[in-house]
Amino acid sequence: MISEGATGLPVRARIAAATARLVGAIARRAGRHGSVIGGRVATVLDRRMLARLAAGRTVVLVTGTNGKTTTTSMIARVLGGAACGVATNHLGANMPDGITTALLDGLSSRPASGAASVAVMEVDESYLGEVAAATDPHVIVLLNFSRDQLDRVGEVRTVARRVGEAVAAHPAARVVAFADDVLCAGAGMAAESTVWVSSPSRWTGDAGVCPRCDGAVTRAGVQWACMSCGLARPDGDWTLVEDADPATVTGPGGTTTALDLSLPGHANRLDAVFALAVGAELGVDPAVAAARLRGLEQVGGRYRTVTRPGGSTRLLLAKNPAGWAQVLDLLEEGPPRPVVVAVNSREADGRDVSWLWDVEFERLAGHPLVAAGERAADLSVRLAYAGLGHRLAVDAVTATRDTLGEVDLIGNYTAFHDAARALT
Amino acid sequence: MSEPVTIVLLLPQVLGTYGDAGNAAVLATRLRWRGIPGHVLTVGWTDAVPSGGDVYVLGGGEDAAQVLACERLRDSIGLRRALDRGAPVLAVCAGLQILGTAFTTGDGTRVAGLGALDVETRPGGGPRRIGDVVAEPLLPGLDGLLEGFENHGGITELGADAAPLARLRDPARGPVGAGNGTGDRSEGAVSDRGRGNVVGTYLHGPVLARNPALADLLLTRAVGELPPLTVPDGIPAATAERLRATRRPGGELRTGAELRTGARRRAGA
Repeated sequence: MISEGATGLPVRARIAAATARLVGAIARRAGRHGSVIGGRVATVLDRRMLARLAAGRTVVLVTGTNGKTTTTSMIARVLGGAACGVATNHLGANMPDGITTALLDGLSSRPASGAASVAVMEVDESYLGEVAAATDPHVIVLLNFSRDQLDRVGEVRTVARRVGEAVAAHPAARVVAFADDVLCAGAGMAAESTVWVSSPSRWTGDAGVCPRCDGAVTRAGVQWACMSCGLARPDGDWTLVEDADPATVTGPGGTTTALDLSLPGHANRLDAVFALAVGAELGVDPAVAAARLRGLEQVGGRYRTVTRPGGSTRLLLAKNPAGWAQVLDLLEEGPPRPVVVAVNSREADGRDVSWLWDVEFERLAGHPLVAAGERAADLSVRLAYAGLGHRLAVDAVTATRDTLGEVDLIGNYTAFHDAARALT
Repeated sequence: MSEPVTIVLLLPQVLGTYGDAGNAAVLATRLRWRGIPGHVLTVGWTDAVPSGGDVYVLGGGEDAAQVLACERLRDSIGLRRALDRGAPVLAVCAGLQILGTAFTTGDGTRVAGLGALDVETRPGGGPRRIGDVVAEPLLPGLDGLLEGFENHGGITELGADAAPLARLRDPARGPVGAGNGTGDRSEGAVSDRGRGNVVGTYLHGPVLARNPALADLLLTRAVGELPPLTVPDGIPAATAERLRATRRPGGELRTGAELRTGARRRAGA
């Protein structure tokens, strides 16, 4: 049972919290994730539960289309992890009920001394306004905005505009945002003060129309600018420099920090820059932050390598064109391994698979390829038009077992999670 | 043919939200698979639209992008000349609305279109029309079913000079989508009462990847009768069958949905 001293919650909320945690525990014992149910129960019993649980915590909210889970995990690690009372929704449940559940789980890890404890939460981009209103964040991180599940989430410009409104409604929050993404920069400029993270963006879709005035945006090298109102790429305060190995991060005042990650690829290095920037806002030296990130080897199964008879399978998640661009960058850093691509179109994936045509699959030339998942037929057509020979497989995990050596299995949301579950 | 066939892809940075640039890639690749040199010419924001293209392709876009693209294309002499000489055009979603006589945006502004199709689009109100579409084509030379994924707010009314591209399949046979949203099961529009070369549709997918027969129809309009198509080696047989757009003996073309159902059945799901 939770003592009042440890929680500081009123009686009604304490009963709600205890009931919710009991339900969550039962759900977990029944083999469910239990990452949402506790929060839902608590919120039904006490509507202001999320606000009560967040009160007194230093809250960091992370949103954007891609990289939320990884960046949240990195920031939590930089800030010291669970040992230092950092609550985080590491299961990726990023809507209000999931965040409430994660804070309920964090009650027991909260330092009784009353020292300020931290919550680092990833937030679905459509819910930033609601979650920020309840949690009064100290830091809001805006990673990037690009087309994703258009049938479910809607227009990405609308999503980015609402994020900008949420940012403007919290002038006390420090905003850390990506300067090279036009929509993200547009939302970040709605803040009183913004810390800009910079690195040439590999995805330049969804960047043709100005988020401020609807004029045309054009590019010259890494710079972008609106031809009508003059909105332009802000200068970076934290910049990723990748022309040497290991990559480095140039911080405010020209400080340089080496970034020697275990996680592969540009996308992870960029997420690490966000973690360094947020760490610095909350008093963690960049060199200490970088050292804490070095040991991170997987994030919710992403990048995890599973050994099997005859070889190993590395699990990768790519659920939209911008995410795929990052994974293709990552694959180019190594020799051309066999690749199994699994695509589903369930509710959580988006029903429409048109996005497959915004992915430059042509870059997989040279990789032995398998098309799998419930939409393997559509994927196969896409690969054929890309000029890529391949096999069709009913089951992605079985396909990896049929292949010798090191294989990459790349799935969109439910395909990835199905494979991760089957491999463990 | 010595000159390569040019597929002109218009403004994909603002009109390419739903993978519609794939339509241009499908057209060029289906030419190459027949030994005909074909290439995609991408027209960016500051590029002039060539008047001598063989097929023109416009995709879907979000509201602000649609207004921007429309104003840009209305001023294009190259596109005007191409339309006047009857060049084949495929226009999807926002592209369809732009080629109409006018469309009204969500905030009530009426924007003049290019007038290549006798259609006008107004906001539908209520929820967007989102989901799979299955329709029977009305164009001569097209048989089997047209399928795709629609995602639009607007309702498109056809004028006397336009004919629908397809009629939504009988809803009694399962969900068919909304098409033009007018309640008469019409989907898309074809210029000159159905005899013209401007084809508009709400189908994403991209539509030509999911409906190779429609791709070949547009190519035929551009270059005349097409030689047989050779699918490259290394493509699974079921996929090659789809790409060839050949019919099963005595039957209709299998749709992608049917292929998927088959795959699920084999997977035991």
